[in-house]
Amino acid sequence: MQHELIFAGFGGQGIMFSGQLLAYAAMDCGYHVTWIPSYGPEMRGGTAYCTVVIADHAIGSPVVKHPSIGVIFNAPSFDKFVPMLQPNGLLVYNQSLIPQRTSRQDLRIVPVPATERAPTPQLTNMVMLGALLTAKPILSLDALKAALETHMPSHRRNLLEANVEALSIGAQLAEQLLERL
Amino acid sequence: MTDWLLEATTTHMETVYCMPQSLSAQPTHYCPGCTHGVAHRLLAEALDELNMRERAILVAPVGCAVFAYQYFEVDGCEAPHGRAPAMATGLKRVQPDKIVITYQGDGDLASIGAGEILHAAARNEPITVIFINNAIYGMTGGQMAPTTLTGQRTTSSPFGREGEPLRMSELLAVLPQTAYIVRRSLHTPAHIRKAKKAILTALKVQQAGLGFSMVELLSSCPTNWGLTPPEALEWIEKHMLPVFPVGDYKVSEAVKEL
Amino acid sequence: MSRELLKGNVAIAEAALRAGMYAYFGYPITPQTELLEHLARRMPELGRVFLQAESEIAAINMVYGAACAGVRTMTSSSSPGISLMQEGLSYIAASDLPCVVVDVMRGGPGLGNILPSQGDYFQVTRSAGHGDYHPIVLAPASVQEAVDLTVLAFDLADQYRHLVILAADGLIGQMMEPAELPPMRDLPTERPDYALTGAKGRPPRRIASFYLQAEAEEAYNQKIQARLARIRQSEQRSVEYFTDDAQILVVGYGSAGRIALSAVQQLREQGLPVGLFRPITLYPFPEARLRALTAQAAAILVVEMNAGQMLEDVRLVVAERVPVHFYGRMGGAVPMPEEIVNALRQILQTEVLS
Repeated sequence: MQHELIFAGFGGQGIMFSGQLLAYAAMDCGYHVTWIPSYGPEMRGGTAYCTVVIADHAIGSPVVKHPSIGVIFNAPSFDKFVPMLQPNGLLVYNQSLIPQRTSRQDLRIVPVPATERAPTPQLTNMVMLGALLTAKPILSLDALKAALETHMPSHRRNLLEANVEALSIGAQLAEQLLERL
Repeated sequence: MTDWLLEATTTHMETVYCMPQSLSAQPTHYCPGCTHGVAHRLLAEALDELNMRERAILVAPVGCAVFAYQYFEVDGCEAPHGRAPAMATGLKRVQPDKIVITYQGDGDLASIGAGEILHAAARNEPITVIFINNAIYGMTGGQMAPTTLTGQRTTSSPFGREGEPLRMSELLAVLPQTAYIVRRSLHTPAHIRKAKKAILTALKVQQAGLGFSMVELLSSCPTNWGLTPPEALEWIEKHMLPVFPVGDYKVSEAVKEL
Repeated sequence: MSRELLKGNVAIAEAALRAGMYAYFGYPITPQTELLEHLARRMPELGRVFLQAESEIAAINMVYGAACAGVRTMTSSSSPGISLMQEGLSYIAASDLPCVVVDVMRGGPGLGNILPSQGDYFQVTRSAGHGDYHPIVLAPASVQEAVDLTVLAFDLADQYRHLVILAADGLIGQMMEPAELPPMRDLPTERPDYALTGAKGRPPRRIASFYLQAEAEEAYNQKIQARLARIRQSEQRSVEYFTDDAQILVVGYGSAGRIALSAVQQLREQGLPVGLFRPITLYPFPEARLRALTAQAAAILVVEMNAGQMLEDVRLVVAERVPVHFYGRMGGAVPMPEEIVNALRQILQTEVLS
């Protein structure tokens, strides 16, 4: 088993933390995992992305050219990364900020009105994660919640409940959508 | 030694002059008439008088004083060209109770090591710098130094130096955080006595933890100036003093209270 | 101890201080800056020395000074910064002082970029400064290995009184991976017998690298060479995967090595006789094991993130007994497993199946 995920969006949308949280949860579940950021001079306002690889065996490359799963938060990242996803891959994207569609027919696509439905815009990333794990249960939602509890920085602890709520919202949105499909 | 002399020495005579304990009993390689030897002796006397020999660490430069680490009876090392203040920083930071001294020439301190000395001073690094300014590169045979005087002929400025020499004491003294920066000269006994006092003060500044201290010493280089030793001392008086006036460029309030 | 999700740079920094690093001096440069930032907080917490130097030149000379004082000390940088440190590295090596230098390699030459690279292989293994010597060079391929090799680096530095370089690349520095940190070691209570601590009740100690007479300088060089011979004898390290019956042997270190492992695994699943030899020590190069494996191989593929630098060491060992092929990416480009699979398929076709 190996999953290669790319999380992409604006700097400030919690992209890096989403990837790290998933990586923490995967580690706690006993999987091999790597997380690697895009790093560079364009730290603010530019496209931020990170790649997470989760496997049940030692991971070779932490860098992935064609991820199997894309979690896309904004329009520029949609244009940049959707063409790179593996055939038969999964695309979870933030419908609230991404008006465009892809012509690709070989992807499972889960549009999530994440920013609109998030309790606050800052929790968009948790809605997206909840939707992701419902559309593709790589790990259980409970594992992610546990990771939140264990690894959330202490100065953010007061936001734990709101984060858990946002995860559930994302999960419900994905469930509704999958039922319709 | 005859018996009567031995008796005289042990019973009646008082020692008024001897080798400082902090100076190694070995001849130096310095040229006749060079004042590096005077500077060495002053530093060694000061270390003796302040009882610092056993906790002093000397960082020697690249230049004529490259062997300085052998000429002192203290722990010593030899830095890459210009890097003595950085090395001294490493030594001092891990053992703040030691007395760390760099001994640097003008090429070492003011040219290739200009960055290191500036930032050591800017950090107010509690080290003592003995800066020998003789307006020329001695070890490599008389090339232009950053302190070479305007118009001065050297083997690499055969038509006379263009531009102005760097005045390091003045330059570093503008940093408000430094403790003690003075310039002295070694060309007459009176100046030498004042130089000794300045070195004593600089070492006390370090002992008291007051910060960065530097004593710049105008020094002679008869060999590369093409002068006899007495002429070289006159040359300091006549040509260097007007450009590099002796004086106290920085004496912090805490140092004045010492 | 439990596993934590750690960024390579942070893991190296934390491992260093747990291994007893008392003084760190550094200068910011991507992609190693998190290492410096971590120590900027942690070292003062522990009452130890952290200083941001004015340049890499100053940083390595501060390390030189701290090493003279006999404490465990380290600096870290990335390729252009290591170039600036060359002078100090040579002086440290010529003073028989232990210290650890971390190079989180990036794309070059010149300013290059901040992406991962292995373009410093020559720089770090071929003496890292003027004169006749080699540092010990360790190349981690994962965050856990970076942690383990950081601790080993300090131990080897002290054991041989020698310069040790941890040659990581931008991937190792920037990646987060689960790793277990070592326990915190106590700092030694005594300084070594060469340390400059003030000549109290003993003759002065002097540390320098200056020998005016050819005979004296040559005698000193022989001392370094004898030490390097001992290091070559005892410290060659490598890891092997599927090498028992490998006919095509891939040789790669660090990130290129772990990526090559993905390619080798893919081909093994298809029953093809490929294996991976991953050097851990770039100096001493693990020539004894490679020579042994060469005896059974039909061909070798060297994979690096450069234009073929370790390739030269492999060729020296193989000595034309079998064909040596090369696949490399440069300038911050990272080879993908599929690219290595393709290179291996070609070699299988021409060297093994034909």
